[in-house]
Amino acid sequence: MKRFSLVALFSFVTLIGCSSESNSTAPEGTPSVELLNVSYDPTRELWKDINAEFEKVAVAQTGKAVTIKQSHGASGSQARAVIDGLDADVVSLALWSDTEQLHKKGLLKDGWIDAFPNRSLPYTSTIVFVVRKGNPKGVKEWADLVRNDIQVITPNPKTSGNGKLAFLAAWGSVLKNGGTEEDARKYITQLYKQVPVLDTGARGATTTFAQKGIGDVHLTWENEAHLEIKEANGELDLIYPSQSILAEPHVALVDQVVDRKGTRDVVKKYLEFLYTPEGQAIIAKHFYRPTDAKVLEAHKASFPDLKLFPVTDVCGGWDEAQTTFFADGGEFDRIYEGGQNK
Amino acid sequence: MHLSARQTRIAGRHVANEPLWLRILLIGISGIVVTVLIIVPLVYVFVQAFGNGPAAWWAQLVKDRDTQHSIFLTVVLAPVAVLLNTIFGLAAAWTLTKFRFRGRVLLLTLLDLPFAVSPVVAGLCILLVYGMQGFLGPTLREWGMPVVFSWPGLLMATTFVTMPFVARELIPLMESLGSDEELAAVSLGASRWQLFWRITLPNIKWGLLFGIIQCHARAIGEFGAVKVVSGGIGGQTDTMPLRVEKLFQEYNNPGSYAVASVLTLMALATLAARILLERWTEYQLAAMSEEKEG
Repeated sequence: MKRFSLVALFSFVTLIGCSSESNSTAPEGTPSVELLNVSYDPTRELWKDINAEFEKVAVAQTGKAVTIKQSHGASGSQARAVIDGLDADVVSLALWSDTEQLHKKGLLKDGWIDAFPNRSLPYTSTIVFVVRKGNPKGVKEWADLVRNDIQVITPNPKTSGNGKLAFLAAWGSVLKNGGTEEDARKYITQLYKQVPVLDTGARGATTTFAQKGIGDVHLTWENEAHLEIKEANGELDLIYPSQSILAEPHVALVDQVVDRKGTRDVVKKYLEFLYTPEGQAIIAKHFYRPTDAKVLEAHKASFPDLKLFPVTDVCGGWDEAQTTFFADGGEFDRIYEGGQNK
Repeated sequence: MHLSARQTRIAGRHVANEPLWLRILLIGISGIVVTVLIIVPLVYVFVQAFGNGPAAWWAQLVKDRDTQHSIFLTVVLAPVAVLLNTIFGLAAAWTLTKFRFRGRVLLLTLLDLPFAVSPVVAGLCILLVYGMQGFLGPTLREWGMPVVFSWPGLLMATTFVTMPFVARELIPLMESLGSDEELAAVSLGASRWQLFWRITLPNIKWGLLFGIIQCHARAIGEFGAVKVVSGGIGGQTDTMPLRVEKLFQEYNNPGSYAVASVLTLMALATLAARILLERWTEYQLAAMSEEKEG
């Protein structure tokens, strides 16, 4: 046993040392580089496709054989991990506030949002409804969610981007229909009383709804909804409310990490690839709304029109949303604790 | 603990005096619980994993690079953690049974801490101390040896949660053995190493092996602590339990069940090793007592 362990230790150290081989078809002698993209929960499939495409063209574009590793989780937790030392070259988080968190800690330079086209937004998205087959409960609008026969699945707004966006979309839907802030508070309090499980991340909530079969409506990313429905083999349906929130998942290059690792040029090429027609087409294929007008037009059938309101229509902006709604002791804590006690 | 089989048997004689209906009731309840909680899920894992035949199962394990890497990582990390804990466990048991010193009880209590503390808390502690926000993180980064979100952190977390197994197994054993044989050896001029290799180790070898087996089983399966310090980088810091969760969340049920089945097989192998070991020590003890009587 002990001898085996020693052998294992030895092979471990050696193998860890050389386990970073690349799978691209670069000619021998090409320097190789490994990037880490730290992203939010439902983008696994998107980045897998994009990374595979970029790895193919990378040698020609950068002169290096590029391998891209992925890490996924709840957006807020992922930001936290990067701050704690997860070596991300790129962050592609769900919300501006999560990315800005890294800027506040000095990992991103000032003006990071303008480092890439379109305010560093290769795509936008929104929050939609997924219901059981045939929509048995007849859910169509945000107002339907607080009917007392309905259970809602949405992840925790404290950790999840999906959770925050769903909260803000719900709150905003009341304001947009002429309601007051007090109306919104009442509505939201009732809504979260009808949430049986609060998962940490978007994918966890999807599993709860689709695989464990809990709840009547799942408030989720548009892209996640499409994937969820495809995987459910006709057991689930997608419902577009007449309005929802405009989600802006920014991409950013983590200055502190790329400068230490010397990967800045490659990372720039990688993120610029997202804005090329090829990159945008992959984005559209995964049901993220491409920011390139031409590509969006070409995939128009996939993206029904609905009124998308920005976070600034709900409150002053992400900083304010964070402090009033999601910070410890904020609006969400108060209504959720209140709701659970009753 | 390696006598547990015998103890159960002695206890069994007592139960035999209980009324029949009580026995049937108790046996029935344990039977149902074991079936519902253990047998059904266990069988289900294998049914799912091998549902498309062994070839498909094998393909799930070898065609995916990230899965391959997670198996490699677990198969290597667990034994290293076990090795560290074996050394530590021997040292701790030796210290605690051979010497009487101030703080001995405290050390004995601390030894159990990894069992008492939730693995998630253990992971968080490692993160808080060795992460970039912690007091050692920035220094380690400067030295180019980051701990969290890479294999040293995984090793640290695994070692922490499995720390008590070997020591806990050895301490009562060494205490019950006493020091007569060792005193005799010393009086005959044995050196410290001779004492350890010729007297102590042969006496404790089965207990030690038993501790190692249990430690290994736990190390392979550790999820909570490892999850916190892993960072979830596919093909780099995902161990097998983390990979199972990830594949499941990525709608890859066949892949998820395939990895889960391998983990389960490893656990079953451990269980088998444990039973064999129990039988073997029992047999040895019986032979020994017969020898003495004869």
